[in-house]
Amino acid sequence: MTTNIRYKSRSMKSEDSEDKQYVGFATLPNQVHRKSVKKGFDFTLMVAGESGLGKSTLVNSLFLTDLYKDRKLLNAEERINQTVEITKHTVDIEEKGVKLKLTIVDTPGFGDAVNNNECWRPITDYIDQQFEQYFRDESGLNRKNILDNRVHCCLYFIPPFGHGLRPVDVEFMKALHEKVNIIPLISKADCLTPTEVKKLKDRVRDEIERFGIKVYQFPECDSDEEEEFKQMDKELKECTPFAVIGSNTVVEARGQRVRGRLYPWGIVEVENQSHCDFVKLRNMLIRSHMHDLKDVTCDVHYENYRAHCIQEMTSKLAQDNRTDSPLPILPLPTPDVETEKLIKMKDEELKRMQEMLEKMQQQMHEKDQ
Amino acid sequence: MSEIVPPEVRPKPAVPAKPSHVAPPSSAPFVPSPQGTGGEGQGSGRGSALLGYIGIDTIIEQMRKKTMKAGFDFNIMVVGQSGLGKSTLVNTLFKSQVSRRSTSWSRDEKIPKTVEIKSVSHVIEEGGVKMKLTVVDTPGFGDQINNDNCWEPISKHINEQYEKFLKEEVNIARKKRIPDTRVHCCLYFISPTGHSLRQLDIEFMKHLSRVVNIIPVIAKSDTLTPEEKTEFKQRVRKELEVCGIECYPQKEFDEDMEDKSDNDKIRETMPFAVVGSDKEYQVNGKRVLGRKTAWGVVEVENPNHCEFSLLRDFMIRSHLQDLKEVTHNIHYETYRAKRLNDNGGLHPISSSGHDTQESNL
Repeated sequence: MTTNIRYKSRSMKSEDSEDKQYVGFATLPNQVHRKSVKKGFDFTLMVAGESGLGKSTLVNSLFLTDLYKDRKLLNAEERINQTVEITKHTVDIEEKGVKLKLTIVDTPGFGDAVNNNECWRPITDYIDQQFEQYFRDESGLNRKNILDNRVHCCLYFIPPFGHGLRPVDVEFMKALHEKVNIIPLISKADCLTPTEVKKLKDRVRDEIERFGIKVYQFPECDSDEEEEFKQMDKELKECTPFAVIGSNTVVEARGQRVRGRLYPWGIVEVENQSHCDFVKLRNMLIRSHMHDLKDVTCDVHYENYRAHCIQEMTSKLAQDNRTDSPLPILPLPTPDVETEKLIKMKDEELKRMQEMLEKMQQQMHEKDQ
Repeated sequence: MSEIVPPEVRPKPAVPAKPSHVAPPSSAPFVPSPQGTGGEGQGSGRGSALLGYIGIDTIIEQMRKKTMKAGFDFNIMVVGQSGLGKSTLVNTLFKSQVSRRSTSWSRDEKIPKTVEIKSVSHVIEEGGVKMKLTVVDTPGFGDQINNDNCWEPISKHINEQYEKFLKEEVNIARKKRIPDTRVHCCLYFISPTGHSLRQLDIEFMKHLSRVVNIIPVIAKSDTLTPEEKTEFKQRVRKELEVCGIECYPQKEFDEDMEDKSDNDKIRETMPFAVVGSDKEYQVNGKRVLGRKTAWGVVEVENPNHCEFSLLRDFMIRSHLQDLKEVTHNIHYETYRAKRLNDNGGLHPISSSGHDTQESNL
């Protein structure tokens, strides 16, 4: 028996030494991966630009869905009194077991009126509202199921017909560049020849720099990434702003069925890299930088908002109370869902009782008469 | 059947659009028909027959010669947001560099803060006929954030030209040929969104369709597929109808059935979807004007690709004179009547034409 034990202990000792070198936390990414896949991801994308620039078509092409099936296009008379609206469409996409809850925020009416002064106000208000809601949820008592509706990315569509940025483009981007990641795009690029595309891109890049607009910057590659990745990254950066084409229809080109647009003089293929930058945009937006966009939104834009909010509150409190409070006093959190429900129920009960009382009073009144 | 053509009251364009009207004198002998119908040349109507060929119809030839010698003016205004290809289209229409292209702007040239009116004149010649073409450009239209009333400078310019002409007309000693700077035709460029007209488009056309001949065109139409084009045009036509906007050719000015049917055909295809270009490429062994992209060459003069040739034929080859006439007989007269009514009478002013005399009008 002792020999057995001795044998056992010796074998355990050798395992011990192996265990000493291998702890096992290298499997952590896999665990995170499994958990995230179970939980699913969410992403909020905003599209902004004048009507008729192909925003809905592009969104449909990007995510291979048809989000705008029942859309009714207004004619110009109906649009006279239209103000900028904010509409949301949510779609759940699943691919290889990974779930994505995609929310598209659209801005119909932007830039369509004759007088477009401050037409971006509803959009900035919406973004601020989402930040505020998140802020309150975060500071609340029940933080288990915070819904993240913050806008992670804003695709801004620049018309290809002009000679660069127009005043409304500049003002919009300046109002939003510190609140959301802006990715400018040149829309309907199939009306431009290759030279014109290049000229327009150069001009837009120049003007963005000149007006000090901070568009979303691609993060630098780590130095230990592969050469191929670095090359791709460099190409991507030189290509901005992307000149894109979208299509809702499938056409036959070179023997294959592709998404494209059929003209009498040729077929434009959406996914052909020599025709437009759609593939680059898709890769960048979905395949490589989706997470980074979310990170920048959380770490930079949201933190900016939060700091700004807290500063305002402390300065306001200081004015009201004239006390120096070292800690920022958070606003009272809104009551959570259960208490709100209770309050509602009680309200309804009260209302019902009041109605009954009234009825009885009326009946007595009639009886008297 | 006698084929005597009554002398034309309106001078036809130098290149006659309907040459069949001109009956060659030798086609049929002018024999007095016993029925005595239809022949206005029957003189006093007592049956005095034409015993030979008088040559009344050569008046057309005489007018033609005179017009050729005198040359004529044509003023066209282009209106639309910047970058819609206005200058390129005008250059393509008249096959010469009559309009300075804004892609040659330097980096520092910005969009003007208010709508400016820039007018450039050229004399072009074709087939012995001289034309003084003036292109009036309107940079800054629709480019600001707040475009309220951006049509006012344009409307003011048009009225100023009418006023100038009116002053000259009202002079005691009038010039033999009053220089005509009135805008004969306004090409309005619609942005090819594919959805419908923009609010600004409707406002502009509402304010100006009663003052000048507006021809709407869909700019840069190589961004629309054929189906999108037809749908867009239908929607635009419907919207114009709903808003009560009458573009040239106006229905109310159709003179006879033939005019009406011709113009109806044109109205069915308006607004023309055009593409402009001044570069030539080789396609199927021919050199054509076009735009070369990675997926093909858009040929400007190919009717399957775009309606540029329709626009050109309509504007220049068949209705050029009509545009001028509608401007003179209708728009100008409306302006004149309004001015006279406003001032309760017209005093001819001396040829020195001081501006202070304007109140006498």
